[in-house]
Amino acid sequence: MSESRVHFYQVGSFAVGNRLLADADRTVQASPERTNSLDSGHRACQGCGEALGARYALDAAMRATGGQLVAVNATGCLEVFSTPFPETSWRIAWLHSLFGNAPAVATGVAAAMRAKGRHDVRVVGQAGDGGTVDIGFGTLSGMFERNDDVLFICYDNEGYMNTGVQRSAATPPAARTATSEALGADPGNVFGQGKDLPRLAMAHDIPYVATATVADLHDLERKVERAMTFRGARYLHVLVPCPLGWGAASADTVRLARLAAESGFFPVFEAEHGVVTGVRRIRRRVGVEEYLRPQRRFAHLFAGEGRPDLVARLQAIADANVERYGLAPEEE
Amino acid sequence: MLQQLEGSRAIAETVARCRPEVVCAYPISPQTHIIEAIGAMVKDGRLTGCEFINVESEYAAMSVSIGASAAGARSYTATASQGLLFMIEAVYNAAGLGLPVVMTLANRAIGAPINIWNDHSDAMAVRDAGWIQLFAETNQEAADLHVQAFRLAETLSVPVMVCMDGFILTHAVEAVDLIDPAVVDSFLPPYEPRQVLDPDDPVSIGAMVGPEAFEEVRYLAHLRQLDALELIPSVAEEFAALTGRPSGGLLHPYRLEDAETVIVAMGSVLGTIKDAVDARREAGERVGVLGVTAFRPFPVAAVASALAGARRVIVLEKAFSLGMGGVLATDVATASPASGHDLATVVAGLGGRPITRRDVEGILERSGRGTLPRLSFLNLDEDVVARERARMAASRRSGPFAENVLRDVASGGAFR
Repeated sequence: MSESRVHFYQVGSFAVGNRLLADADRTVQASPERTNSLDSGHRACQGCGEALGARYALDAAMRATGGQLVAVNATGCLEVFSTPFPETSWRIAWLHSLFGNAPAVATGVAAAMRAKGRHDVRVVGQAGDGGTVDIGFGTLSGMFERNDDVLFICYDNEGYMNTGVQRSAATPPAARTATSEALGADPGNVFGQGKDLPRLAMAHDIPYVATATVADLHDLERKVERAMTFRGARYLHVLVPCPLGWGAASADTVRLARLAAESGFFPVFEAEHGVVTGVRRIRRRVGVEEYLRPQRRFAHLFAGEGRPDLVARLQAIADANVERYGLAPEEE
Repeated sequence: MLQQLEGSRAIAETVARCRPEVVCAYPISPQTHIIEAIGAMVKDGRLTGCEFINVESEYAAMSVSIGASAAGARSYTATASQGLLFMIEAVYNAAGLGLPVVMTLANRAIGAPINIWNDHSDAMAVRDAGWIQLFAETNQEAADLHVQAFRLAETLSVPVMVCMDGFILTHAVEAVDLIDPAVVDSFLPPYEPRQVLDPDDPVSIGAMVGPEAFEEVRYLAHLRQLDALELIPSVAEEFAALTGRPSGGLLHPYRLEDAETVIVAMGSVLGTIKDAVDARREAGERVGVLGVTAFRPFPVAAVASALAGARRVIVLEKAFSLGMGGVLATDVATASPASGHDLATVVAGLGGRPITRRDVEGILERSGRGTLPRLSFLNLDEDVVARERARMAASRRSGPFAENVLRDVASGGAFR
């Protein structure tokens, strides 16, 4: 076996390696005591952002709850690739019911635990963006409104990837999907549509809402642990690039997640009781083009003469996010 | 002790004595009084150890029940009609996962046209979902069936639906003997789940099953239904020994000995039919009634045996399969394909249309004269139907047909 160099820093990430951190600040994944909630051997694609996000989020939740956790999963990639029975990757109590009902099923688990006096057992519901912003939105809004004691995590890869990359209400404008093809005068997904779930969650005045990406896993873990300090409905929206659906290199998952945040296209923030309490400011701002170009779902914006008009509209969305949440770097 | 109680109140009081741990509520007529009463009992502390959750839809009601049941809690909800259809994906899912949820179905018609009154279309729509479906004849039986339902569900890990006629039973005040809580406790042990979400002993529930095992998994669910055919009568016998009440079981035969003509039916209409049968018996006719309590699993052998001596069988049912005919009748025909009797289906009581003793006697008379068709619709206003058919033939833009029919009926249809 040939020798490989050990990198203590991720190139261009500003992230400090684990070895330089105090034990308490290290990621859960650095500990041999971690649960491996989503164990290796599952069938996710190479470079799957969802598998990465779920592993970190659930292991952090397991640590925060002392292992007293039940996970409820919506139908979708995460469910399919994790349970090709007789194999299962779940080393935690895990239930899959349907596509659109994971928030309500999670409510039921939490209610059962309350009825049985098991106040130590906490519940995580999880779904992709389709299961959250579209088909599961009714049950999610109900769970929020009742302030049921559930942390719901949306792994947002901006489309229905499990069924072959179709458009969801979380698909960004101009993105090509199988139901928003890069054809005609307005190629890709339509501008002016879509649902901003974190803001909708905040409008329910629930105790905690946060966004995160798989580019900053310490931030993701910290938010899971923060969420677990609250009782009631909590929502975590994690951007998880999908190499297959986005037409991106498997090695670029973390880089794309970082560029989404650093361009302002995906705002990273947290809110308590409907009020924004913190943002992850951009460290070194990039234009959206840098984020869009490596993704084939946006290739029609750059082929031939390109569509600078559409790129400008996407840039305007990022600019509006920077303005709304105050994401601009300190020096700007 | 007999008390004058509304049917819904009797159900709520009985369900409370079954010590449910999670109850979901979403209102739909005619089920509302049941969940209102349970909600009040939780609120005032009469029912403790129970989480009462006001959900945002029936789909959520069944989904919350699924989560609660999978976490080991005794779970109950109630619905009707459109509500059952709205939750149908979760209804199948609860059965597929083998979760012993108990649900009251306050039987009501399905729209369009929207109609809040009683028939059995809703129950028929989930006939194949994998739930045990028990039909109550009276409020006493409806209440008692709930105690048996929890016992059956939890023994077999199969969900149970107690079907009771909307309004006719749910809103009727009649004498009911509420079961003694101590009897419930002796009859219904705490729920011991076969599978449970336990952080200390984690399992995965709800995995994808491919062609290599799907048939076996489904067949096992079928076998559990067949097991229920054995268990339903024995649970009813045990219940009768404790309470002295003949509630439940597979079938309710009435004056079947030597009966040449037998009416088969489900639910509250059985009382009316029994009155009609008594009257015809007094007139010397050899008629009887077979009440079907267990519609799913369908007691094929027991029905065949009960009908063995009959020359004519009339299935009177409050639902039908459009383009085909009777639903219960199809099952009855399957149960006795070789018996050689004539089988007629009478579709009746749709959308709450009353079925009177006189109607039933009329059916028996026509059957006796040999003029009862294989499929007929009780008190159908042929004139109104013909008028709308004529309008449709005369004009492409004949308009919405339900509204046309309503106008015709208002201006003097035969059914008043």
